[in-house]
Amino acid sequence: MKKYTYTEKKDTRSGFGAGMHELGKHNPDVVALCADLVGSLKLDPFIKENPERFFQCGISEANMIGVSAGLTIGGKIPYATTFANFATGRVYDQIRQSVAYSNKNVKICASHAGLTLGEDGATHQILEDLGMMKMLPGMTVINPCDYNQTKAATMAIAEHEGPVYLRFGRPVVPIFTDPDQKFEIGKAWMVNEGKDVSIFATGHLVWEAIQAGEMLEKEGIDAEIINIHTIKPLDEEAIMKSVKKTGCAVSAEEHNRLGGLGDSIAQVLVKNQLVPQEYVAVNDSFGESGTPAQLMEKYGLTAKDIVAAAKRAIERKG
Amino acid sequence: MSNMEIKELEKIASQVRRDIVRMVHACQSGHPGGSLGCTELFVALYFDQMHLKEKEGEVVFDMDGKDEDLFFLSNGHISPVWYSVLARKGYFPVSELATFRKIDSRLQGHPTTHEGLPGIRVASGSLGQGMSVAMGAALSKRLDKDDHLVYVLMGDGEQQEGQVWEAANFAPHHEIGHLIAFIDLNGQQIDGPTIKVMNNRDLGEKYKAFGWEVMHIEQGNDMAAVVKGITEARSKAGHGKPVMVLLETGMGYGVDFMMGSHKWHGVAPNDEQLATALDQLDETMGDY
Repeated sequence: MKKYTYTEKKDTRSGFGAGMHELGKHNPDVVALCADLVGSLKLDPFIKENPERFFQCGISEANMIGVSAGLTIGGKIPYATTFANFATGRVYDQIRQSVAYSNKNVKICASHAGLTLGEDGATHQILEDLGMMKMLPGMTVINPCDYNQTKAATMAIAEHEGPVYLRFGRPVVPIFTDPDQKFEIGKAWMVNEGKDVSIFATGHLVWEAIQAGEMLEKEGIDAEIINIHTIKPLDEEAIMKSVKKTGCAVSAEEHNRLGGLGDSIAQVLVKNQLVPQEYVAVNDSFGESGTPAQLMEKYGLTAKDIVAAAKRAIERKG
Repeated sequence: MSNMEIKELEKIASQVRRDIVRMVHACQSGHPGGSLGCTELFVALYFDQMHLKEKEGEVVFDMDGKDEDLFFLSNGHISPVWYSVLARKGYFPVSELATFRKIDSRLQGHPTTHEGLPGIRVASGSLGQGMSVAMGAALSKRLDKDDHLVYVLMGDGEQQEGQVWEAANFAPHHEIGHLIAFIDLNGQQIDGPTIKVMNNRDLGEKYKAFGWEVMHIEQGNDMAAVVKGITEARSKAGHGKPVMVLLETGMGYGVDFMMGSHKWHGVAPNDEQLATALDQLDETMGDY
């Protein structure tokens, strides 16, 4: 098992803020919009240096999506930002018509995704956003794993023509990827090569998968770990190459088990070559208030849950 | 504007109305009522009032729309009038109007950019979204220091959508002065008169309270009045306040049996009704 260490933990939303700050300096077409959550989205450095390129929308998310679509018409690259729940479910129709169907170059940037928003509870913890966004034709869906990768992704999507959903979160998680990495949309990242089971993880569950890999190694199980930072377009080639070697799969995501990364992978397997697959995801339920760590534990998203899922998958190989 | 020039615009309007009823008849689907009611507005905008990009006397289209006025249709179901005016203005072949709402057409039931129809910059149909998009386009122009105007048309029934009021709040706050919005005040929606379905009372007062410059065009089917009204709206634009024009029209205007009734909101005429309608509308530019 390849050794991954970290010296610092940070929230992925801060990676987004840092990416925006950089973009503000180098890309004059980038504009930002926010629905009364500037502090939460870490937009202050961008706004301070580019006040004319920031549009405060107030608590009006539907309007924010429409204004963003309009800004693209003069060639601007709008980053529309708010919490993931309000950036997707609340404005699904606006995204569908004014952004996706109209093929507008809008970057929908969503913080506080998933359970780990924590104490605010289920009203703010969206677990369906990946599913909703990936169902929209033409929408690119990205869920990076740590601060550095979120920063790299934030900058990379400015170079990609077309609508993008970029998902990140509030919990502080280890920074273990390269600060100078190049972010390639749609290209899965090999975290660790192995031969017994393929673990496909997204977002901060990649770190849980790494820990799971170390635990499995102690039991003599050699896990391949792949970071699926781009849910759509999905790197089918990397997935098939891996399962052809290992013969079984685990998907790990902070999302409802229905409609997320796991289902995307299952479709690839059904189409190409069936192998046993186990899901690590929220079991079709809403969340609740609690600390991020408590919620990860209660809803079964930790390294030990990935370990158990890996063993079940291996068992099913027969 | 001289009487002669008004007469020319009226001739175009008559042909556009023929296009509308023929298009809706040909596919037995679509929305003739609101389209006929807004004909003067579309003709006045595209053939007289808007600064459009032209090259060697022909209009040209690009998605970015820099250095020209832009128009957005929020109530996308009145697409027949827009398609006809765009085609008659030269954005795409007039013959293509025959494909309206048919398979493999660029002229979808509601406007879209998906198949790439020149003149259209965003999809509309699901109501309430157009003004937000228009404001974004206006902000983009502001960043580019481009003083051209952005126009948007909404329906009066559409004012029931919450997003419209988010947008109503946003425009004065951000001092979007190069925006002229119209509401087609025909008083009808699918389920009946707007006053009965969901009374949008005192729309003008509401927009005024939000910080808009508000004006009326009482004769929205009188070409001279419409031209004069848009000219006045343009004179009010560019001073840091968005301009709202309440345009009073008759649903189905120009075809006597369609006029003033919500029943023709989304119903196509049969063969006999088409013939009656065409009898009432002069052919001035040649049918497609």
